[in-house]
Amino acid sequence: MTFWKTSHLLTIAAVGALALAGCGSDDNSTTPAAGGGSSSSSSASTAAIDCGTGTLNGEGSTAQKNAIDQVIQAGYQTQCPDATINYNATGSGSGRKQFIGGQVDWAGSDAAMKPEEATAAATRCMGNPAWNLPMVAGPIAIAYKLDGVTDLVLNADVTAKIFQAQITSWDDPAIKALNPNAKLPSTPIKVYFRTGDSGTTQNFTSYLNAAAPTVWTAAGAQSWAGKGEGREGSAGVAQAVAGASGGITYVEWSFARDNKLDVAKVDNGSGAVELTGESAGKTIATATQVGTGNDLALKIDYATKEAGAYPIVLVTYEIVCSKGLDADKTKLLKSFLTYFADSSTQSGLQDIGYAPVPSAVSTKVETAIAAIS
Amino acid sequence: MSSITGRSAVDQAPGPAGDVPRGRRRLGDTLFGGAASASGVIVIAIVALTGVFLATRAVPSLLDDKVNFLTSTRWDAAPGDLRFGILQILWTTVSISVIAMIIAVPVGIGNALFLTQYAPRWLARPAASVIDLLAAIPSIVYGLWGIQVFAPHLLSVQRALNDALGWFTLFAGPISTGTIFIAGIVLSIMILPIITALSREVFDQTPAANKEGALALGATKWEMIRTSVLPFGRAGVVSASMLGLGRALGETIAITIIVSSVAPGTDFFASWLQGGETFASKIANNAAEFNNPASTGAYIAAGLVLFILTFVVNAIARVIVNRRKAFT
Repeated sequence: MTFWKTSHLLTIAAVGALALAGCGSDDNSTTPAAGGGSSSSSSASTAAIDCGTGTLNGEGSTAQKNAIDQVIQAGYQTQCPDATINYNATGSGSGRKQFIGGQVDWAGSDAAMKPEEATAAATRCMGNPAWNLPMVAGPIAIAYKLDGVTDLVLNADVTAKIFQAQITSWDDPAIKALNPNAKLPSTPIKVYFRTGDSGTTQNFTSYLNAAAPTVWTAAGAQSWAGKGEGREGSAGVAQAVAGASGGITYVEWSFARDNKLDVAKVDNGSGAVELTGESAGKTIATATQVGTGNDLALKIDYATKEAGAYPIVLVTYEIVCSKGLDADKTKLLKSFLTYFADSSTQSGLQDIGYAPVPSAVSTKVETAIAAIS
Repeated sequence: MSSITGRSAVDQAPGPAGDVPRGRRRLGDTLFGGAASASGVIVIAIVALTGVFLATRAVPSLLDDKVNFLTSTRWDAAPGDLRFGILQILWTTVSISVIAMIIAVPVGIGNALFLTQYAPRWLARPAASVIDLLAAIPSIVYGLWGIQVFAPHLLSVQRALNDALGWFTLFAGPISTGTIFIAGIVLSIMILPIITALSREVFDQTPAANKEGALALGATKWEMIRTSVLPFGRAGVVSASMLGLGRALGETIAITIIVSSVAPGTDFFASWLQGGETFASKIANNAAEFNNPASTGAYIAAGLVLFILTFVVNAIARVIVNRRKAFT
């Protein structure tokens, strides 16, 4: 009997050890992001805040979740302990729906409101228009892994051909022409795309369609229209590329960095541009405002030829009422958004893979926030 | 003699419930009988209502489908221009389940025989509880382990299969990152505890008289198992396998994580070394866009096929079990 008990205990111990070992290896992948978070919290804390009180609830885009979490936890709430801000990342469409339904105080969204949504949102805001405020910008990286090649330049045409499987080998003359000094192997190119519908896919295909319209004829859409192998989620595509030499995908910058993937420079027609917060910001600065007044809905010019502008960017909005919330909430919302839009907060976001909104746009955002009443 | 249970003639003597005379019915009898019947009716009602729900939601979309639902490999669920077919999905679903069953059924039966006939008692009980623990691991853990840890080790196996048998359509290249083959093996581990646990229970019930009789007649241990344990447990093993198959057909998250989806517009392929989507993973991958009835109906139609497939498989299992009952 004693022996039976001993062996039983041993099994439990063994299983427990296995489970713990599993935890250990899982944690590794998230470590870089956590490191980035702590390093940037110091820079974020320099912004002066006029604190609000109470609770503010937001819901929407998953793309800006990490940014908002960082701003709330590492910055705003440490300085304003009397304020509680919640953000529930359920998806842009759901966020806009909940905002219009009056369930949340603001919505995070990857796309500006559609006209019919704007009308419904105005009703929700007691007859005042709701505004789209571009607050977080996320560059989309063309991430790849190729042994011996850490520096790669692509342009829209070649990228579109790769993702259409018209270019299938890394030593294709078209890639060689852009990278005369790189030692390109004859490894076959493995293209990975996002399974299901995704805002990242929509922005990436919009870029391909705008910048290489003859090769990529399909309009930008949430579902993939090219070739390759589909993986689940941003983490899925990034891990698939990390798994073997020869893979390429499009993915949010932070995932490319977390998985230690190389990021291609993009030649927009005026020379190769490296993906940095600054180069992505330049593209956002060239965007045209399609909203009126303080509604800052933007249309990104993916085909921009401005020198030093990285063209594949995703702009996400905070959708707020211009008027109509009660006084406490309005004060808290304004205080939070002011802190969010502050240049030191924005530059802190660069460490976790976002691009700061350029000053040309953020000045307008600050004006709009000041006009909320 | 304590091992004789369930199937002995003595136990069956009281017969069905109606034997208790009307006048002597007690309150407890009425309550318990009612509760038991209600449980049965509720389960049947849930299954029937699920079927009705799936059918009513699927039919309008099926009527609007501009391609053949059963033979098309396209899947465009855009409202107003529905073109969806299940051929590739059906093939992927069945393939993954077949691979899982090919591995899990023999290993599960062997495992159950080891635990009941060969293993010493001090080892059998902890070993059985470890196998039961396999069933408690969440499927997302299996999925992540499958693609991140297990799949890299299978690369050389898959390449060897492709080199040796590449001419055969099941092993044709190019090899994907997340293949049907990998998913099938991971799934076999997931259904192994179900098959093992149920088979173990039935093998354990083999009457000692049968086993002792076989041994007394000069049978070796293997012959005793073949002539008394296996025939006695056959119905139970079939039930266990069908339960495992049901789980394999419906598994969602692990498949979603492991198997690569294929680009829209890809022609039909049969290779096990490529990706694909099963009914369940197709629905899961697209659950975020269920915002209009027409495209939702397309996915529900896929769910309906899975429902019918599971139903048919279970019906076949029932037939087999009933036919084998005669043996005991």
